[in-house]
Amino acid sequence: MDKLKLVVVGNGMAGMRTVEELLKIAPDLYDITVFGAEIHPNYNRILLSPVLAGEQTVPDIVLNSMAWYEQNNIHLHLGKKVTRIDRKNRVVHAEDGTAAEYDRLLLATGSNPFILPIPGADLPGVVSFRDIADVEAMINAASRYRHAVVVGGGLLGLEAANGLRLRGMEVSVVHIAPWLMERQLDEPAARLLQQNLEAKGLKFLLQKQTIELVKGESGRVCAVKFKDGDTVPADLVVMAVGIRPNTALAEGAGIHCERGIVVNDTLQTYDPRIYAVGECVSHRGVAYGLVAPLFEQARVAANHLAEYGIGRYEGSVTSTKLKVTGIDLFSAGDFSGGEGTESLVFSDPSSGEYKKVVLKDNKLVGVCLYGDTLNGAWYFDLLREGTDVSQFRKTLLFGQRHLGDSGHGPADHVAALPDTAEICGCNGVCKGDIVKAIVDKKLFTLDEVRAHTKASSSCGSCTGLVEAVLAHTLGGNYSAAPSKKPMCKCTEHSHDEVIAAIRDQSLKTMRAVFDTLEWKTPDGCASCRPALNYYLLARWPGEYRDDAQSRFINERAHGNIQKDGSFSVVPRMWGGLTNPRELRAIADVAEKYRVPEVKVTGGQRIDLFGVKKEDLPAIWKDLSAAGFVSGHAYGKALRTVKTCVGSQWCRFGTQDSTGLGVKLEKLTWGSWMPHKFKLAVSGCPRNCAEATIKDFGVVCVDSGYELHVGGNGGIKVRVTDLLTKVETEEQVLEYCGAFIQLYREEAHYLERTAPWLERVGLNYIKRRILEDAPGRAALFERFKYGQQFAQIDPWKERAEGLDAGEFQTIRITA
Amino acid sequence: MSDWIAIAKFDDLPRLGARVVQFDTVRVAVFRTSTDEVFAVKDACPHRGGPLSQGIVHGQSVTCPLHNWRIDLATGEAVQPDQGCVRTFETKVEAGQVYLRLADTAEETASVACAAHG
Repeated sequence: MDKLKLVVVGNGMAGMRTVEELLKIAPDLYDITVFGAEIHPNYNRILLSPVLAGEQTVPDIVLNSMAWYEQNNIHLHLGKKVTRIDRKNRVVHAEDGTAAEYDRLLLATGSNPFILPIPGADLPGVVSFRDIADVEAMINAASRYRHAVVVGGGLLGLEAANGLRLRGMEVSVVHIAPWLMERQLDEPAARLLQQNLEAKGLKFLLQKQTIELVKGESGRVCAVKFKDGDTVPADLVVMAVGIRPNTALAEGAGIHCERGIVVNDTLQTYDPRIYAVGECVSHRGVAYGLVAPLFEQARVAANHLAEYGIGRYEGSVTSTKLKVTGIDLFSAGDFSGGEGTESLVFSDPSSGEYKKVVLKDNKLVGVCLYGDTLNGAWYFDLLREGTDVSQFRKTLLFGQRHLGDSGHGPADHVAALPDTAEICGCNGVCKGDIVKAIVDKKLFTLDEVRAHTKASSSCGSCTGLVEAVLAHTLGGNYSAAPSKKPMCKCTEHSHDEVIAAIRDQSLKTMRAVFDTLEWKTPDGCASCRPALNYYLLARWPGEYRDDAQSRFINERAHGNIQKDGSFSVVPRMWGGLTNPRELRAIADVAEKYRVPEVKVTGGQRIDLFGVKKEDLPAIWKDLSAAGFVSGHAYGKALRTVKTCVGSQWCRFGTQDSTGLGVKLEKLTWGSWMPHKFKLAVSGCPRNCAEATIKDFGVVCVDSGYELHVGGNGGIKVRVTDLLTKVETEEQVLEYCGAFIQLYREEAHYLERTAPWLERVGLNYIKRRILEDAPGRAALFERFKYGQQFAQIDPWKERAEGLDAGEFQTIRITA
Repeated sequence: MSDWIAIAKFDDLPRLGARVVQFDTVRVAVFRTSTDEVFAVKDACPHRGGPLSQGIVHGQSVTCPLHNWRIDLATGEAVQPDQGCVRTFETKVEAGQVYLRLADTAEETASVACAAHG
């Protein structure tokens, strides 16, 4: 059978991204023809600014070379402008007479720069800033002329002005609004920007309306004339007053257009054979000009072109985060404020910092940052997720608590960091490495940077920094990914959607999840399988059969794998209590199995390091005989309950913290969680058990027990929030069980309580645990029900022979 | 060294799992996929020598438990963007018995493939 014919009009970023995505999932479905109006192969339009500034060259920014088109058998028509679509016969016609038939047509015609309709707009020396030809014209002019005027003080205009200044021209920026970038910045932030740019030698003419471009003696433009009568000399005029979706071709073919080509959530136009992506489309009334939404559209369009039929594009929230000559600014949402909103503002003009956060009903609706933009990604997350910020609005302006801890220091200005500055402490990745990967490998997204450099792929504490580096390197067109994140590459569904489907559609096996939710891979991946195994286990206790092969090795072998492939063994010591008999038993196994190292853990337990996998069942048998059970030090599970000695011994102790710790550990041990979970009980507010950096911490006071939640002492230290105070131990146990169950049922896999709590908000937790007593009781009941099946010691089972093959090595001697 | 060596019963290989076979000179990870194909590679990730046998198997690949490198079991090559290659061994299943060959040919093929990546 002949292949279907796909014709792509537009050789830009959105069109070719769609083709790339399509080739990935259905390489043989189509015979592909591409028309490009420019004579260049597909290049990265975002990087035209660095090319103009002389930091990169045109070959540097090519995304797909001519060889790529050849390798993929794509018929490429460069320098040919498509002028007509014959929908009846399904043929497109180019200006030069070239024609191509299609079964599916993809329009990716991008946008056109808007040219002010004023006298002289067509003079030689007047250019826009859109493509390589424009940049070449500007570079050429910079070498021969002196005065440049940029009309338009938006993103693009400032980048053009900056580039021309670096090329040695005297540059004036004309802007009709009272301040620069009025769509992205409020006035105070824009003033800081302007001062900074003036220090770099740019001149600004604000609130000036351009009415004419004056023709010089040579026939070239020589001056710009304003409505107020002023004129300025200009040998080069750059029009950067905006873009308009390029809909002429679609309109000519009778396809419905509004501001752009109107598409639905599957990127189809009113003619279902014709798709459209990129800057030329209008989706739910919005036309996007930033790269992330375009790529998201490309992914969805490719999926439908490939006839997979899954995935919908539901729109994007975009942010602006850019570099103009080493200047950090970030904005998103409605930052100007207005009726019903409140603004929180931090302003320090002499240090060049300004932050404004706009709230409505205690939710973030806009943000505008100048100077220190490191928290931009965090604010953007709060905005997209609609997080209730009332619990931390007092500290909101100071950014995500402790962002940049663990060695990053106050790295406010990413631009100022040297290339040798370490960004990712886990994997030793420096700023220079990341920049090089972004440029060399043409990366656009955080995920791509993670894959290629490993930066931010381990603990994630440097994510904000990596995003900042990405934004700096890509410049003005960066924007974060849309809010809905698929679980992994195997699916379009988010964690929340999968959790809901498992619950609402009674999916009780992994196969049922794969089939019902149309997984794209036959058996998932190392990322989604452990997550699904957990979700199924948590939702259907007693019914779902745990799948060992979907567990990370630590949980499969019930020990922590070490760098040399050996394992560690941590027996449970209830509440941190032990006795001579237990210690003797541990000493005995340590000697018997020649354990190389014995250490006390941070959670008050004893850790035996360097145990060979084959020895695990035997060592567990001995420990089991001495009364020990697994300490689950290796699992996404209840780890330990740390305690202080409390009222039994301590002269300050107010309650029996050790005894309560033992009760809590007996209640909760064995439960699987989305992530590791730690408890502590301190006997008085001196808090020797460090309960306020645990997932659930109890601080005993004379009149009862304070319950604290959502702390951790890990990557980013987070102090708990006070949930409530209760009077009895029974209440402590109930609230603790209910809190754990809520976390087990609703958090995403690998999301610790701290980020979960910040995502859903403390008020939500309070509503579910404090205000809804029957709901709390029901959560606690579900927790206790699940514990029946969870509190079976995995060590004892395996010591008795379960999964024996897992621990045996087959030895063959020649 | 080109003979087929019986290493295990097919049923002893867990589906989507692995067993470790220790020869005198080399430790081999033998995998069984969800479609009951059997693959064998040296039990050492090209990254930092992690035990691939302990990883999660999906499709025709395994993800190393130490730093999440993904290795194609059929070719031994790391999946892009990671770069590296691990030695593969020929396997066959006959009458419920799994055989492996420490063959020279397989070794050469693998070393050629690996050499391409430096």
